[in-house]
Amino acid sequence: MDIFLQQIVNGLVLGSVYALVALGYTMVYGILGLINFAHGEVVMVGALTALSVVNALMSAHVGVPAPVIGVAALIVALSVCMALGFLIERVAYRPLRRAPRLAPLITAIGVSIVLQTLAMMIWGRGYHTVPPIIAPTPHSFGGATITSVQILIIVVSALIMVGLLCLVHFTRLGRAMRATAENPVVAGLMGVNINRIISATFLIGSALAAVAGVLVSSNYGIAHYYMGFVLGLKAFTAAVLGGIGNLAGAMLGGLLLGLIESFGAGYIGQITDLCQFGFLLHASGEIAQRCSGNSSLPLFGSNYQDVFAFLVLVLVLVFRPTGLIGERVAERA
Amino acid sequence: MSRLRMRRLQRLLEDPRGRWISLVVVIVLLSVLPFAIEASVGRTWVRILDLALLYTMLALGLNIVVGFAGLLDLGYVAFYAVGAYSYSLLASTHFGIHLPWWLLLPIGAATAAFFGVLLGAPTLRLRGDYLAIVTLGFGEIIRIVITNLNAPINITNGPQGINMVDPVTMGGVSFGKTSTLLGISFPGTHLHYYLLLVLTAITIFICTRLEDSRIGRAWVAIREDEIAAQAMGINTRNVKLLAFAMGATFGGVAGGLFASLQGFVSPESFQLWESITVLCMVVLGGMGHVSGVVLGALLLAILPELLRHTATPVQQQLFGKVILDPESLRLLLFGLALILVMLLRPAGLWPSRTRRRELTSARAPGTV
Repeated sequence: MDIFLQQIVNGLVLGSVYALVALGYTMVYGILGLINFAHGEVVMVGALTALSVVNALMSAHVGVPAPVIGVAALIVALSVCMALGFLIERVAYRPLRRAPRLAPLITAIGVSIVLQTLAMMIWGRGYHTVPPIIAPTPHSFGGATITSVQILIIVVSALIMVGLLCLVHFTRLGRAMRATAENPVVAGLMGVNINRIISATFLIGSALAAVAGVLVSSNYGIAHYYMGFVLGLKAFTAAVLGGIGNLAGAMLGGLLLGLIESFGAGYIGQITDLCQFGFLLHASGEIAQRCSGNSSLPLFGSNYQDVFAFLVLVLVLVFRPTGLIGERVAERA
Repeated sequence: MSRLRMRRLQRLLEDPRGRWISLVVVIVLLSVLPFAIEASVGRTWVRILDLALLYTMLALGLNIVVGFAGLLDLGYVAFYAVGAYSYSLLASTHFGIHLPWWLLLPIGAATAAFFGVLLGAPTLRLRGDYLAIVTLGFGEIIRIVITNLNAPINITNGPQGINMVDPVTMGGVSFGKTSTLLGISFPGTHLHYYLLLVLTAITIFICTRLEDSRIGRAWVAIREDEIAAQAMGINTRNVKLLAFAMGATFGGVAGGLFASLQGFVSPESFQLWESITVLCMVVLGGMGHVSGVVLGALLLAILPELLRHTATPVQQQLFGKVILDPESLRLLLFGLALILVMLLRPAGLWPSRTRRRELTSARAPGTV
């Protein structure tokens, strides 16, 4: 099996999910200039809702065909998440639109805690296994394997992203959204109903989050109440990496971050293997002893995978705060 | 309290001699407090009081960063962890090093301050919400690193944490066990209480003095309008870094005391929720107001414990079973508190006068 090609496949799958979630962050940020901290929790709610629907339909013993179950779960998850996103904006962000910057950020954290705790109460603390709706048939090509679920993830996210770009660039709603992002006051004067546009943004973002939640949980086969937090952070990193407020940037950033993570986790053990540094073997008898034979002694293992995203975030913010293809200046104080 | 008695109290406080008398009364009351609590509700509550004081120190430290300088730090617990681990590593059987506490607390403070600058330096050019995310990530990085730093060389002992941390020892009296002084026996929790009380008092003193100092006013100026502050000749980068380092210092000291009080540290104690809890204390009490933050910290440290002792029996009586375990209830209430305070009372329960003025004025600066 070709490890290099395999890491590319894994990275692309992971990256498409990050990209979907990152789009939600970037759209809200572009229009409101606000980091929607609770977005990751919406992904989690989407995954767990879909899981409940699947479990209910499967245990009903009525012989519902698998694709129907999948579509039904997706539709329920979509509607729950969209309602949730709409509600979050109404309750936690809209009243604070003119408040100091810190205020909506703090309510966002509050919403995130409430959602997580509610999810913990509804679905429990444990990990849930997601029953395979689509059989994860492995296909191999060029030495790497890709399952049908992973193919589905890449195809669905690609379709959604193309659709979203078309929506934003070629429809009336999209034009209104771009106008609001550019300057809400002037857009309002031109007859754009800003509140409706903001609500629409949250609805679209939450729908993407629901899809991402369903995809990611069916890929890993597990879902739990805590999954939204780290996923959300990484997706935010992806959005910043690409240039926050920029749709194409979020997609690029998501894919890149996925690749960085999968390569990082795949190769960090080899790169930081202490046994390859001859001077260390001479310097320390203990290292030499532990390296004898064919063993390796990695300084950092793949359990540091989660650290990469944060390191990328810090590096991007330090060296290129506008992101890879962003035009917005990070400091708008 | 009647108005007459209130006025008499006020007159007492205005008279310098009266002020000394009331100070003495407060000190006496605070020093018999642990004995009164132990006699009435048991020793666990003295421990809860210790933790409440610890949280007060943390909240005051975070208040410097969030309240004074207006920089949202969501990874504050990282400094707490750094302080706790630097204490534990240098005062336990893990490495066999046993340094005295009066050396360790400054070491912990300095290490935490160093990390504060390390984190602050690259991020302070950025806007507030970026800072929030980066600090959040930093808190997680510290926790992940501590959890995984047991291989290939065992430094932190990984998820198991470090056991048998030396308690503070003062003049031959170990704070880890009961000692008899002047015929009165003091359990370790009581001794820690006095130590924490003194350090909290020092922290409060430093914070109030800072608030009115040149630096404190520079912080507030930056919080209000960074560009105007810069135009007034404030070196915003250095002053913000100072806020980060100062806040981290208090976190580091509190961490060391936590290690001494528990006698045990593990990565479990330094999760994101701790940062959020401390942030809740600052926000609920009143950002930037020292007395408000102390109130918020004491409230949020003690209320959940009351909840823990009452929620379960009450639910059992009402519904016949426990629907909400106290831990989830606590988180739920914290989340709701954050939202509701921001929506209804953005300046906190006990806001400072300036803060109230600016938040009730029509428009805050910096918004479009």
